[in-house]
Amino acid sequence: MPIVSRGFHGRRPTDDRKLPPGQFETFDFPVLSAGPTPRVAQEDWELDVTTEDGARHSWDWAAFTALPMETPTVDLHCVTRWSKFGTEWQGVSLDVLLGDVETAAEFALVHAYGGYTTNLPLEDLLDGQAWIVHRYDGEDLAPEHGGPARLLVPHLYLWKSAKWVRRIELRLDDEPGFWESAGYHDYGDPWREQRYQGD
Amino acid sequence: MTIPADGSPAEYAYMDGNALAGPLSEVFAVDVTTATSRCAHCGRTEPVAALRVYAHAPGLVARCEGCDEVVLRMVRGTQTLWLDLRGAVALAFPMDGA
Repeated sequence: MPIVSRGFHGRRPTDDRKLPPGQFETFDFPVLSAGPTPRVAQEDWELDVTTEDGARHSWDWAAFTALPMETPTVDLHCVTRWSKFGTEWQGVSLDVLLGDVETAAEFALVHAYGGYTTNLPLEDLLDGQAWIVHRYDGEDLAPEHGGPARLLVPHLYLWKSAKWVRRIELRLDDEPGFWESAGYHDYGDPWREQRYQGD
Repeated sequence: MTIPADGSPAEYAYMDGNALAGPLSEVFAVDVTTATSRCAHCGRTEPVAALRVYAHAPGLVARCEGCDEVVLRMVRGTQTLWLDLRGAVALAFPMDGA
């Protein structure tokens, strides 16, 4: 009878139930970037939410960090096929940031320092599904991972979680962002493997 | 706002435009890296081979050496290859015998 060994690699086995189709688990935190890393000091950082009427809601670093914080632990799924389980963040729920914003918008176009953009339905930012996070694993978020603050929308592929977030533009129509206008899927659900247009 | 390169390792995350030669040969009969491109943002004219190519990303992003704006993007899907040249005013190719 053959002996089947799982080996001793010092790593817990991948939990396939948590792994979307076509993904593999990674244990480090790969850095993907479509351009130079913006270096924005906390004292220079600002976040705006703008509406279809031109109204603007702004937070500087002091105002942002005075908001109620949450500490989500989430799995990340990058369209380049790596997934990372159990990442620990600290930040502000979009439910808080958008709570007093009056809008009829159905879509959001997220703008980042450095010019990156990504689009998603507004409802995907609400109901406890999305945060603006400024701390990762107990530390200030490093610039390579989007610091001072990034969007975190873990139920969609990670390109939707814009690093170096600067502005959330609420829109009546859907405007494709940086990758969505170059072949990537408009929505990007990892569980339905929506990588490219037409998937 | 984009802060200029400060010399940290992350700022060397790009390759030069010669990295485009292989991927673009799937689309074009000529070697596009021999062309000269004009940046739609700042007007700088430079060889495609001199663009800054960020490949640790969901696609290839080639940026102008002068202003860091995007000149060319290329995404390779399972069935389709997308090429976005909106950041280039024009590509100029050297022609033999002209």
